[in-house]
Amino acid sequence: MQPFAYAAPTSIVETVSLLTQHSGQARLLAGGTDLLVQLKENRRQAALVIDIKRIPELNALSYSPEAGLRIGAAVSCHRICAEPAIRQAYPGLIDAVSLIGGAQIQSRASLGGNLGNASPAADSIPALIVHHAVCEVEGPAGRRDIPAEAFCVGPGRNALQAGELLVAIRAPSPPPRFGAAYLRFIPRNEMDIAVAGAGASVILNEAGDTIVSARVALGAVAPTPLLVEAAGAALAGQPPTAEVIEQAARIAQSVAQPITDMRGTASQRRHLAWVLSRRALEQAVARAQATR
Amino acid sequence: MNKIPVQACINGEAVVFLCEPNQTLLEVLREELGLTGTKEGCSNGNCGACNVILDGALVNSCLVLAVEAEGKSITTIEGIAGPNGLHPIQQKFLEHAALQCGICTPGFIVAAKALLDHNPQPTEEEARRWLAGNLCRCTGYDKIIRAVLDAAETLRNT
Repeated sequence: MQPFAYAAPTSIVETVSLLTQHSGQARLLAGGTDLLVQLKENRRQAALVIDIKRIPELNALSYSPEAGLRIGAAVSCHRICAEPAIRQAYPGLIDAVSLIGGAQIQSRASLGGNLGNASPAADSIPALIVHHAVCEVEGPAGRRDIPAEAFCVGPGRNALQAGELLVAIRAPSPPPRFGAAYLRFIPRNEMDIAVAGAGASVILNEAGDTIVSARVALGAVAPTPLLVEAAGAALAGQPPTAEVIEQAARIAQSVAQPITDMRGTASQRRHLAWVLSRRALEQAVARAQATR
Repeated sequence: MNKIPVQACINGEAVVFLCEPNQTLLEVLREELGLTGTKEGCSNGNCGACNVILDGALVNSCLVLAVEAEGKSITTIEGIAGPNGLHPIQQKFLEHAALQCGICTPGFIVAAKALLDHNPQPTEEEARRWLAGNLCRCTGYDKIIRAVLDAAETLRNT
């Protein structure tokens, strides 16, 4: 592997200072399941690797119905999936996070890393978007929030400015009659990167016969994960019928701008954007109805 | 670059080693500590041949920096067998002929150990899902799954 120096700071302030001193030359290490592979293959360069797992706030995981969910940027997928209350409240996020790799990857890979790596095909990001998640970042100018849908700015590129790091991901507590789901297509049963993915969430009214609001987000069909606002707008105020869902899924399909690569063709991805959006919406509605 | 001293507990013994920041745990286990039971397969986290248990969690040692082992407890394939002979998982791999060329076997046995430590009575589906991060190009997996489920039963009855 390429040579680099290593630091394991125990505070965010120290980390910001290291990032600032090594402007552009430092990389943050959480689980290493993306970073170490990229350093080995010289797809990314690092003069300094900063291990963030010794910073308490980045390792903290908390959820309460009052405060919502807060996931430290270095918390592993395994820890998130192991919390029954989080599994219950954030089904779309759990769908996505539990798909990321096998047991060996789950034990190390972090949600923060999945965001930071900014892959267009990152499974967790469409799910975070439909759960209205916000990324909390800190840098030399202090803390700021970036909505999950604005965190990625291009393939492998995120919205962090010089000296900034992702501290935590927050998601609000779901309201009553909320349901969410994430689905992806891969050519085998497990252990692959999405050809396309779709997340959906809905909030139903008290009677369960009207969608109050909804979100649809797509993965692997554009340079970044996409929030399809027009699909959500088409669902709001409508009954959760097959026709309404079909119309929203067609809107999602229409905003997909996929490419052809080794995983799939653009036309297959456009087809998948429709099918997966429809199925994710159906599942989100079923889950919302099951909470009544 | 200066080497970094690391203290860890490997297979129950306190160990101190020196490593470069860019050395993986896999490299140090094999090349510095002579623990060559852990195998290098893909070196990018796909195959599981380099599996070790790090503070109770199954990891690919090719994707862990050796410096990250500071203060941690590590179990490698060399630490699986007890003083009185093979671990039941190892014994069942032999009885079920769950290996051919053998390069993936240490990874599978360490992964199976981590599974049965967490879940003493896995269903076949749970075992298959847990072992999905371990690749074997010889056996077709079926004998491995049978060996692991049989070992689980043996461990529950002892």
